[in-house]
Amino acid sequence: MSATEIKFAGLGGQGVILAGIIIGRAASIYENKYATLTQSFGPEARGSACSAQVILSDEKILYPYVTRPEILMALSQEAFNKFLPETRDNAIVIIEEELVRPKGLKSGMKVFGIPATRLAEELGRKMILNIVMVGFFTAVTRLIDYEAVKEAVKASVPHGTEHMNLRAYERGYEYGQALL
Amino acid sequence: MKADPKGVLTGAHFLDGDHACCEGALSAGCRFVAGYPITPSTEVVERIAARFPSVGGMFIQMEDEIASSIAIQGAVWGGAKAMTVTSGPGLSLMMEHVGLAAMLETPCVFVDVQRSGPSTGLPTMPAQGDMMQARWGSHGDYEIIALCPNSPQECYDLTIAAFNLAEEYRVPVMLMMDECVGHMTEKVIIPKAEDIEVTPRRYTTQKPGKYLPYQAGRSEIPLMVKAGDGYLFHVTGLTHDERGYPAMNAEAHDRCVRRLVEKIRNNARRIIRLEETDTADAEVVVVSYGITSRVAGKAIQMARADGLKVGHLRLITAWPFPEKRLRTLASHVKAFVLPELNFGQMFLELQRVIEGKSSCYPVPHAGGTVHEPEAIYQRILYAARHSRLKDKKEVAR
Amino acid sequence: MSRVNPVNQYLRMDRMPHIWCSGCGLGTTVNCFIRAIENCGYPREQISIVSGIGCTGRVAGYLKLDSFHTTHGRPIPFATGLKLANPKLKVVVISGDGDLFAIGGNHFIHAARRNMDLTVVCVNNFTYGMTGGQLTPTTPIDAISSTSPYGNFEEPFNLPFLAESAGAVYVARWTTYHVKQAARSIREAIQKNGLSFVEIISPCPTLYGRRNKLGDGLAMMKAFKENSAIVNGADTREVGLDFKGKIVCGKFIDREKPSFLDMYHTTMAERFGPFYEPYEGVQ
Repeated sequence: MSATEIKFAGLGGQGVILAGIIIGRAASIYENKYATLTQSFGPEARGSACSAQVILSDEKILYPYVTRPEILMALSQEAFNKFLPETRDNAIVIIEEELVRPKGLKSGMKVFGIPATRLAEELGRKMILNIVMVGFFTAVTRLIDYEAVKEAVKASVPHGTEHMNLRAYERGYEYGQALL
Repeated sequence: MKADPKGVLTGAHFLDGDHACCEGALSAGCRFVAGYPITPSTEVVERIAARFPSVGGMFIQMEDEIASSIAIQGAVWGGAKAMTVTSGPGLSLMMEHVGLAAMLETPCVFVDVQRSGPSTGLPTMPAQGDMMQARWGSHGDYEIIALCPNSPQECYDLTIAAFNLAEEYRVPVMLMMDECVGHMTEKVIIPKAEDIEVTPRRYTTQKPGKYLPYQAGRSEIPLMVKAGDGYLFHVTGLTHDERGYPAMNAEAHDRCVRRLVEKIRNNARRIIRLEETDTADAEVVVVSYGITSRVAGKAIQMARADGLKVGHLRLITAWPFPEKRLRTLASHVKAFVLPELNFGQMFLELQRVIEGKSSCYPVPHAGGTVHEPEAIYQRILYAARHSRLKDKKEVAR
Repeated sequence: MSRVNPVNQYLRMDRMPHIWCSGCGLGTTVNCFIRAIENCGYPREQISIVSGIGCTGRVAGYLKLDSFHTTHGRPIPFATGLKLANPKLKVVVISGDGDLFAIGGNHFIHAARRNMDLTVVCVNNFTYGMTGGQLTPTTPIDAISSTSPYGNFEEPFNLPFLAESAGAVYVARWTTYHVKQAARSIREAIQKNGLSFVEIISPCPTLYGRRNKLGDGLAMMKAFKENSAIVNGADTREVGLDFKGKIVCGKFIDREKPSFLDMYHTTMAERFGPFYEPYEGVQ
């Protein structure tokens, strides 16, 4: 892996920033990689579309922003529509398949869909859909070790919710494994 | 002296620069922060508000930046290590008290998470437009120290350095962050408390009655006292003598201000921190600081791939400016390129120092985002080409 | 044999003579303040004094205490930081009407709102003396100043009412004629927990008095005596000052409210439970 540019996008409240933080934390703290996370701030980042951008690399990261994502994770149609054009032609596109209809894909793109909201609800809380997505992301991209991300999930969620979040992580991971 | 373990979150963290700055302050022994929320610095005080009560610290959100910038000075004279945190518009309001801190020689830290200006500008986007304000913003002659972190790790490290320098030289120290490093999240390693060097306040050992607040001695830096210790001392923002009493004449003013300036200028060599890469045989040297240094690093990689001899000099301290080092480099470097997120602030300083010995090229940018590495790369190419032409002319002559 | 004036030990005699004009009320105020701290029960090492800029701003420089001469309008936030860094200190702000209520007005109302444990003494001479007698936020209507040469037409602040409204726990007003009462009020104010406020109406014969044909210092003091009425507990809404009108003096407010630090302790003790170590400053 030289450098991989990833965009996590969705609606405010879906936990997309936390999803990016978990992946960045997993790579930089629990694997010996470099990770840089940036996010869009400001009134436009509240409520509606929001996104986190993560660069993962084996070398020190200089330029901090993502310009042409190789992986796009989209949790809302709006986010998908907004960020698809800048995404690379051969990108991996990861979507919440009941919230996003993947229209206008470029020919080289690989799409992986998961009904993360429904799976999260089955586990007891709709709020943990982002962690289901993190598990799914880990399985289908194989960028970061399963255990490293698991540790990052534990370290990133509120105290007392680790168990539920780890179940969500595993559920997403299994779902992704089954697709491969 | 080693850090107090109570405030030190030893370990590897995934933190943004604002939060790392808070942790740096805690490691440095800062236990008083007064601030007023302003994007993009607010996350610093938010974390401080959450962290301080459990480590014996006090955070107060003041009514404005003017109040914040003097409340910290009251706290310092009460015995605390203190800082305030702001962004450009707030720093503008604090300027009178940067001057007060310089005049009273109050050791304290001003953190400026720079955003694009002037005025309200682009609150959520980066710039480096406060560099000259940090240096010259208050009236009169004085010196400050300014540090420029380029990563969350450095936001942590240089916050500690800022406190240590403030204590060592009794001077306000500016930590010149920007929105990009402030809001960027990366790995931050916080060492064990016993591995963190912290400069304690230097108090006088003289008895009350003997002690003179501004008797500096050969070190040029007077020793402090704090309120409540029985010294019954006086300090004033007026020009003062060694007793701290107002001294309203030109001779006293020269003595007073000359020392404020010289205690930094004469110690510049010890204060200045630079990071140099491949400058020894470079034809072109890129001078950069803060977030721009990383983008410049990328551009330099591109230029080296073309076979160009390009060096990099990163200003970790922007003020005092490394005049001597740059003059030395100018004797063998054909051209300097200075990219920054403003229309040429540190560039003016570079030009002044180089005195025409080498060519200097700015890469100005109004801010709102960082440079495209391509823009800096193109400038390096241009500088290299242009300087060679100039050389040939010189040879022909 | 000459006896040394007992107040001298509280003054920086090496800075005498002072810069104040003859007939100015500041000397009297400093005298009242020294009597107050002599009897307040705190050792002088524990008392800090903070001033802003102006004639009254110079008070800090003449008092032999830990004393801070800060910037124009900002003694209150400086004092706030000092007090919070070392809550054992008794911190007193002495400054003028222009310093505290024009440029520094915002800091005063917020210190009162927070009930910061400070004593604020405002020497109100209705003008900026140091700079030649300009209009301040307490200059009465019709009074002449160098920047209101045709008479002031702006409504002035009623300082006790402002202090009470903003949350001060102790509010009193005296003139420099009422030395005993003023000294007592300053002492009570220092002993009070929370933001205490004492207004001292003071003559500026050189500028305000001369421009408004109020006579010399003595004549102005005489006017204070004749025009004042002591109404302890007066409704502060009724104590606004008119040009040459009645000056209502007295202790208007003396109430109990938890201070900023009391509230801080309560909140953090509740939040952190047995893990809370009471904040005692940063020493």
